[in-house]
Amino acid sequence: MAQVKTQEYWRWPEYRKTVSGRDWHKADIITAGVDIGSVGSKATVMVDGELYSYAIMRTGGVSEDTAIKVTEWALEGTGLEAEKLNYVVGTGYGRVNVPFAKRTITEIACHARGAHYIYGPTVRTVLDIGGQDCKAIRCDERGKVLSFLMNDKCAAGTGRGLEVFADLISVPISELGKVSLDVAQEPPPVSNTCVIFAKAESLALLRQGWPKEKVAAAYHSAMAERIVDLLTRVGVEKDFVVTGGVTNNVGIVQRLERILKIKPLEPQMEPILAGALGASLFAKALYEKEQGLR
Amino acid sequence: MKAHYGYKDGSGDYFIVVDTDKCDGCGKCVEACPPKVLEITENEYDIEGGTMATVKDEHRKKIKYSCAPCKPVAGERRLPCVLACEPKAISHSW
Amino acid sequence: MMTAGVDVGAKMAKVVILKDGHVLSRAKGLVGFDILKSAGDVFQKALKDAGISRGDLQRVAATGMGREAVLQKPPINADEVISEVVADAAGACQVVPTAKTVIDVGAEEGRGIKVEGGKVRDFVINERCAAGAGTFVETMARALEVRVEDMGPMSLRSTNTIPMNAQCCVFAESEVVTLIHAKTSKDDIAKAIHDAIAGRISSMVLRVGVEKDVVLIGGVALNPGFGPPLEKELNTKIIVPEYPEFVGALGAAVIAANPQR
Repeated sequence: MAQVKTQEYWRWPEYRKTVSGRDWHKADIITAGVDIGSVGSKATVMVDGELYSYAIMRTGGVSEDTAIKVTEWALEGTGLEAEKLNYVVGTGYGRVNVPFAKRTITEIACHARGAHYIYGPTVRTVLDIGGQDCKAIRCDERGKVLSFLMNDKCAAGTGRGLEVFADLISVPISELGKVSLDVAQEPPPVSNTCVIFAKAESLALLRQGWPKEKVAAAYHSAMAERIVDLLTRVGVEKDFVVTGGVTNNVGIVQRLERILKIKPLEPQMEPILAGALGASLFAKALYEKEQGLR
Repeated sequence: MKAHYGYKDGSGDYFIVVDTDKCDGCGKCVEACPPKVLEITENEYDIEGGTMATVKDEHRKKIKYSCAPCKPVAGERRLPCVLACEPKAISHSW
Repeated sequence: MMTAGVDVGAKMAKVVILKDGHVLSRAKGLVGFDILKSAGDVFQKALKDAGISRGDLQRVAATGMGREAVLQKPPINADEVISEVVADAAGACQVVPTAKTVIDVGAEEGRGIKVEGGKVRDFVINERCAAGAGTFVETMARALEVRVEDMGPMSLRSTNTIPMNAQCCVFAESEVVTLIHAKTSKDDIAKAIHDAIAGRISSMVLRVGVEKDVVLIGGVALNPGFGPPLEKELNTKIIVPEYPEFVGALGAAVIAANPQR
């Protein structure tokens, strides 16, 4: 019997990278941050507080194993061994367990710190849209948390919600955002924020003859409005930035800008790394403190 | 710092907000809460540290249901946690 | 006096034909994309089973999520629409005259109603979140790869209580998959699912207060696994009448027969 390989529309690309122009051999302090999310896991390696290499992969069934795998992948091909890491900080979803981390720091603090690294010291509002949660963080010029809100109960407005939708309309998730922008006029948003009900509503719209692009637009519109609702609870102050895997979805990001009337800053590196970057920066500070260098 | 614990889903917004600038970790709200939703923990978001009231992990995603018995449809609304807090550090968004 | 009650729910349409306080016929069917047509088909079946035509009915009342779609439109031509809460109260008191607290759990919504003499005193609605209603059980049945009808009996066979952390249908699906990979018994998972939904429904009902007699109606009442955890949470005996899923439609038919109410 012929095996029909069904395309997995919800699958996003996993990869690793070594940043050019940096060398660990000359470094004083080598640290790593490991962010185990409920959907995606990220590891960053820093030399003297600058990003050296990283890896992003899907979180597996056993998060401790994923922590090891993603860190090893970040180190792959660099010649750097895990033993040479001066300090490792773990962070992520729930009571995360990164077995080889010396400290675990709350993901809120790591995201605020990481956002400052990616976007600069003018950051005051961080919106992190992850696989299974949405975080809104207000911080000051030092990256200290002034206010935060985390929503991880409901799939609407998270990566998982978008994965479900990608499957529904058979569009690869990495193209979903673009598809949602391919409309002459923005249709009204789907009325249900619950992903389950929004799915049924979207199905009905498709049956009514709505093209995929229009249905995608209606769904993204509802998701964006809902995310903004959460954000306005903590308030938005410039400069506003977005982190997390869903930053890759232009359909969501552009609609956020439209509704808030504030343009988020352009990232200089993948925003999905914010948590891990913050963790590896905390690792450097903690190592320096430990060594009496501070 | 304002910590929002709870969620928003299709049926509404449900957040318990703790203002750490006002909260001194006295624990009166923890005692007053009938379903024991609250606890005192370290303030891990602030370098200065200190203690604060937080919503227990197990209740954060079902706060609407955990707090429902204190919010009768008919009758006066008296939230034990809010009433117990002298510095008025804790509030409900619904 | 012959009347009909049509309850157009999120998933099923239910019709009850009532003559002088006695039920002549009942019919139910899935509500498809075309609400009027699906509900109409069910209506026609109920008429056929009762051996009557639309003209024989003095009055038809419609309730449920899709009630507006059948108002004054053939073949149902409903004369009036009433809210689910009002219909549930009337229907529950009709089948259990001593009812004081009515719990109605459907496909997409759960309701807690305090009733007095067939009328609504207080109510609370748990809406717009699939985890608070029947859809939760259905979605989990798919994740467990079993039929929805098997979920209740499976949960009753379980002897272990395991916690369920996810509060969202979508996340719970992933959690169930993880539990299956960890070789957790499907019976135990089914029980955890029923415990979770019973916990949600009971917290909401506590907002209107629990007073005997407590009556459970709606499609989810057909699930034998739902009653025991709900009784445990509310610490009281719960009455499930015959044909619990038709009580809303029955209430609508009762109100249609007494328009002065």
